[in-house]
Amino acid sequence: MAHDLPAECDVAIIGAGPAGLAAAAELRACGAGRVIVLDREPEAGGIPRHCNHPPYGLREYHRLMRGPVYAARLVQDAWASGAQIFPGATVTALHAGPRLTVSTASGVQEILAQRVLIATGVRESTRAERLIGGTKPGGVLSTGALQGLVHLKGMQPFQRPVLLGSELVAFSALLTCRKAGVRPVAMVEPGPRATARWPAALLPRMLGVPLHLNTDLVAILGEDRVREVVLRGPDGTERSLAADGVIVSGRFVPEATLLRMGHLEVDPGSGGPVVDQFGRCSDPAYFAAGNLLRPVETAGWSWCEGQRAGRAITASLRGALPPPGGGLRVVAEGAALKYVLPQRLVARGCGAGAGDLLQLRVTQPVKGRLVVTRDGAELWSGQIDTRPERRLTVPIAALPVGETGTLTVRIEERTR
Amino acid sequence: MPPRASPLARARASDPALTGGRFDVAVIGAGIVGCALARRLTLDGARVVVLEQAAEVLDGASKGNSGLLHTGFDAPEGSLELDCIKAGHAEYQDIRERLNLPLIRSAALVLAWTEEEAAALPGLMNQAQANGVSDVQPLDRAALLALEPGLAPSVQAGFRVPGEAIIDPWSAAHAYLLQALENGAVLLRGCEVTGGRHDGADWQLDTPRGRVTAGLVINAAGNYGDIVDQRLIGRTDFTLRPRKGQFVVYDKPAAALAGHILLPVPTKTTKGVVVCRTIWGNLLVGPTAEDQDERATATLVPAALEALKARGAAILPGLAQQKVTAIYAGLRPATQFKDYQIRKHEQAYITVGGIRSTGLTAALGIARHVAGLIEAPWQPVKDPAWPRMPMLAEDGPRDWQSANNGGILCHCEKVTRREIEAALTGPLAAQTLAGLKRRTRVTMGRCQGFYCTADLAEVTRGRLVRPMTGQDDGA
Repeated sequence: MAHDLPAECDVAIIGAGPAGLAAAAELRACGAGRVIVLDREPEAGGIPRHCNHPPYGLREYHRLMRGPVYAARLVQDAWASGAQIFPGATVTALHAGPRLTVSTASGVQEILAQRVLIATGVRESTRAERLIGGTKPGGVLSTGALQGLVHLKGMQPFQRPVLLGSELVAFSALLTCRKAGVRPVAMVEPGPRATARWPAALLPRMLGVPLHLNTDLVAILGEDRVREVVLRGPDGTERSLAADGVIVSGRFVPEATLLRMGHLEVDPGSGGPVVDQFGRCSDPAYFAAGNLLRPVETAGWSWCEGQRAGRAITASLRGALPPPGGGLRVVAEGAALKYVLPQRLVARGCGAGAGDLLQLRVTQPVKGRLVVTRDGAELWSGQIDTRPERRLTVPIAALPVGETGTLTVRIEERTR
Repeated sequence: MPPRASPLARARASDPALTGGRFDVAVIGAGIVGCALARRLTLDGARVVVLEQAAEVLDGASKGNSGLLHTGFDAPEGSLELDCIKAGHAEYQDIRERLNLPLIRSAALVLAWTEEEAAALPGLMNQAQANGVSDVQPLDRAALLALEPGLAPSVQAGFRVPGEAIIDPWSAAHAYLLQALENGAVLLRGCEVTGGRHDGADWQLDTPRGRVTAGLVINAAGNYGDIVDQRLIGRTDFTLRPRKGQFVVYDKPAAALAGHILLPVPTKTTKGVVVCRTIWGNLLVGPTAEDQDERATATLVPAALEALKARGAAILPGLAQQKVTAIYAGLRPATQFKDYQIRKHEQAYITVGGIRSTGLTAALGIARHVAGLIEAPWQPVKDPAWPRMPMLAEDGPRDWQSANNGGILCHCEKVTRREIEAALTGPLAAQTLAGLKRRTRVTMGRCQGFYCTADLAEVTRGRLVRPMTGQDDGA
């Protein structure tokens, strides 16, 4: 493993998860020179390191893998390509140049690069962000923290927690609990249906965990340990439920503070950077890929984005990308749409690396017509029947890429 | 490897209270006031023992405040509180560099949002003058918006108080106590005073750790002050009704929205909701003011937190787009009286009670005032030790910027493994997760432990009184 960080490199990648590692390997395969991957964790691999269950690797390696095996394979592939991976290296600031401030155990240094790819991923939102009331006892964990304790450290933080949320990650938490001999007393979902698709939604019943829909977790109570939680059911009545822990799962947010503290433009809708179809940020020497772009996609999806970013950066280094400014702005209209990205579409470049889909998410369950317009003229439409946290896309090929103006994406809801 | 003894068991094995030593002074309560008292009296030459009922220091009223160093511009004229604030403000500035304690000279703006509030401004400025804070400057709407472009344009008028500042409320208290400990004081945690009597010469205090003998007792028990008075001298001059304050802390990008501490026009009962940066580079909105009977628990209420967010966004519209990092609630020891309740009783007993939100600023002044009440034969310590605290302020210099720091463990707050190790060792070693958080900031950032909980649980395994099971521990 490499120890001394270089002062200069061709491409610096921030984040050694699926997107960052895929980009590193692709960049090297395309002939890039010195490619370094910086990760603040003690080990490279990203979130899959502590997701000790399948399904990983189908798209990338055509077989079913557990998270840690998959993460190890990504790291191995990146090393084999000739990229250098530096765990324990925290990027603390982004500057024009591009130039990075990096902290390691030996202190602070700066790295100059030709291009930078930011692939810092997502995290779950916290109890504080959700303003859950009560006291602050021990035993309140995100899925990420739970999986770190269980899979990386062999600890069992509680025996009968309440699990908040029903996104895919909540089912990952259920599997982790099963592995650790922990039996959740209830799964609580504020919405009317489980967010994750069948068959994941069958899992609670299989494991004997009651699923409470239309139910809010309003308070967590206890002194040094969680003693009980207060739930508010569909009829508005509150009741307490004995539990010794709470798993606060899902509602992912991009880990984008480096951007918020720096000079790159951030999209309030996605919480990630504003990018064009090449993943290029508002400073065109910076690129972004993976779940930093938006909450939240699968590891395989992020891996594909990383590969594409590797090709786009290669084209950029060869001067083969179209100029970054101008083109089409893409905006989401109406409260039902949470975000759309890329937020800009510039002319097609010679060389690969462009994404071929607009990615969208809704804020509420919605049926109707998804419409893309420019100056009132309809350019594309499609029927949708979707829920929050589900993948929703529009083919970029159907849009007038290379032209200018503003594309508006909105949903015409079907009246019931 | 032999099993490691718990920190409490190790402390007990060397418990000086059990070996029959006599102390000159027993300070009951290791909050900000108790810590400052321990420092003052130790430096004055007394042999001091600090008795704290909780497993960790700063675990009562002092765990949740606004982190401000006040000038006393709005304190009641002629009050003991004002004297202590002014003395405390001055001494903090004198000693902070030697203790490596941070200070942001942000100044404060007192803002009027209604005509009624604007009408109250001249009176407040007169009060500031009368209180010896002579540098306040009246500002009209345009001047306010020029100073703070992020303010809502509906602001009417205000004035600037240059001396108001931002400090690190926990490092300050830890520094005072650590200086006492390094100069001979003794700290006993998990040591509630359950009873005691004066035998004509000395106090004999009953604690779960054995009998403690001291010439003088000082009650600095915060939210339990009246109960301790009842237990030891059989009467109390006040009744505590803790005032709960809830706070919302925003992520670091929000700190760019306001340079000044933004204060409202105060009411009779409260200084009101403050919007200000914290020394750690966040932005804080709070506190609420809610009287309650419960002394031990401050419960977070979603509706109150929503109201704080709305209030914050009404003052700084840009706050609506910012992310919440943390929520917390504290209890200030309010009594039926407005002023501090500091009284010397017969039988070598002093009560230091009713120290509310200004206690952080006033603590050093309170300690001087109390020392002045004691006719002591002690000789001041010559060349006392001056501990240097770890610098936790966002603008540093921080440990992550220096060599051999062991690497960053908590990424949001950039806490290094070396800082965590240091906080788990020494005379004031952290015994609870909450204590470790206050000493280092670990897990207190935006991810609230998503990334670092597992690593921290491993580092602290066997070294805290309760194993880590999340990013909070109720302390």
